[in-house]
Amino acid sequence: MIPAEVFLTFILMLSIFLGFELITKVPATLHTPLMSGANAISGITVVGAISLAGTGEHDLANWLGALAVALASINVVGGYLVTDRMLAMFKKKEG
Amino acid sequence: MDIMIQFAYVVSGALFIYGLKQLGSPATARRGNMISSLGMLVAVVAALLDQGIVDFQWIVIGFVVGGAIGGVAARMVQMTAMPEMVALFNGFGGMASLLVGWAALNPASETFTLVTIILSILIGGVTFTGSMVAYGKLSEKIDSGAMLFNGQQVVNSLIVLGILGSSVLFCMYPGAGFWLFLVIVLSLAFGVMVVIPIGGADMPVVISLLNSYSGLAACAAGFAVDNNILIVAGSLVGASGIILTQIMCKAMNRSLGNVLFSGFGSGTVEATAVDGEIKPITVEDAYYVLEAASNVAIVPGYGMAVAQAQHVVKELCELLEQNGTEVNFGIHPVAGRMPGHMNVLLAEADVPYDQLLEMDDINPRMENVDVAIVIGANDVVNPAAREQQSSPIYGMPVINVDSARTVFVLKRSMASGFAGIENPLFYKDNTRMLFGDAKESIGGLIREFN
Repeated sequence: MIPAEVFLTFILMLSIFLGFELITKVPATLHTPLMSGANAISGITVVGAISLAGTGEHDLANWLGALAVALASINVVGGYLVTDRMLAMFKKKEG
Repeated sequence: MDIMIQFAYVVSGALFIYGLKQLGSPATARRGNMISSLGMLVAVVAALLDQGIVDFQWIVIGFVVGGAIGGVAARMVQMTAMPEMVALFNGFGGMASLLVGWAALNPASETFTLVTIILSILIGGVTFTGSMVAYGKLSEKIDSGAMLFNGQQVVNSLIVLGILGSSVLFCMYPGAGFWLFLVIVLSLAFGVMVVIPIGGADMPVVISLLNSYSGLAACAAGFAVDNNILIVAGSLVGASGIILTQIMCKAMNRSLGNVLFSGFGSGTVEATAVDGEIKPITVEDAYYVLEAASNVAIVPGYGMAVAQAQHVVKELCELLEQNGTEVNFGIHPVAGRMPGHMNVLLAEADVPYDQLLEMDDINPRMENVDVAIVIGANDVVNPAAREQQSSPIYGMPVINVDSARTVFVLKRSMASGFAGIENPLFYKDNTRMLFGDAKESIGGLIREFN
């Protein structure tokens, strides 16, 4: 059995290389939506926050988790909506 | 159940990756963003199904409050204010990771987990306060110039040493709250210190870098709570920010270290004597030149955003095209305050994206351009970057508007650009200055056409 640390680090290594490959192909004209879209994806912290905010124990960790859910949700909701708003404006020349 | 949740995270990761891949072309980008948001939905639903979760009250409250703030912000924000908005979101992402790292703390954890907790707190904290300062500078709530003081390097070194020391002590004595708080306070302070010496024109670099940090913080939080999807999504964002940072640095011909530590634009630049004289032009004369032109290139800069001139620019562009003129836009990578800033503004004004050319595409065509119109751009069209070895921006790739037959520079006054560098372009024989507010000047041209 591979130790968890090694497994997680392996995933990290592969994702970073994959990220480089994917992002280099994004054209300069889309760099602002790329950044706001990345904002939304970095709101993935919400997944970690959910497990901490839902323990049912009213301790410090629970409150910190709830606050993290709120902050990360701003990113997720705001990030995806504003990116969609921007991308809807990008149009090709007709004809 | 648990295995199902883990597989759902795999699906979510695949959707993020495919969504980002679709961002490779403006034609598919919108769908890509939707696919990515679907990935987020899958991840959130999977997280909610976890059996460890017994109390949904605070999760729901967090969602509702955060979602409402995010939704309203996304709807209300003006396209000119996108850099501030992205800076704020970077900051929230960083803070969320700091809180998750903190909440995940269990003194019984292994050292590896403790190290990742410290990393998520550290990166999250720096991202949070750094982004808040960047937000303040971008929205001009605080002075956007570089802020330097004596002994800055000493203070920074002490903070770094403090962070290293307290992090090590925290990992050795995770039960004692003191070291944890010291790391939190010092990382928050460090975020401020890192961004204050960076001037407004370097903001595209800073905002890209903070974007990257917010991803890396999520990544570290993923290690802290032992969750794959945080690691995958976080490192995708981290990689994205790093690439944008590289592109921005290259477009300014400077190293990242130089951007972060030099306080560019704050020093006194020696006045270089420029030969030639300034030749102003009236709106009426400019109209006659444009009317006769068959090929026009428009080069926008941050000044176009400040003057909110993108809509009148589009109107002028349409009139020129009706007149049989070919119109293209030349976009420098660092024009504006964030990567792609100009493209979004022009897209908002309905300029088709295939009319927006990158610097490397427009430069070879410049010799065939009859009139190049520079709107609120300065350093990115400065020929000193090619010609004067003594210039602070020497070597920076610029848009060679001076190769066009005629150059119109729309400018408020003769004050020099953000970096405080004299621009020889204004003194060239083929340059005409159209002084005044860009929006009004272009409005005047439009009236002449009608």
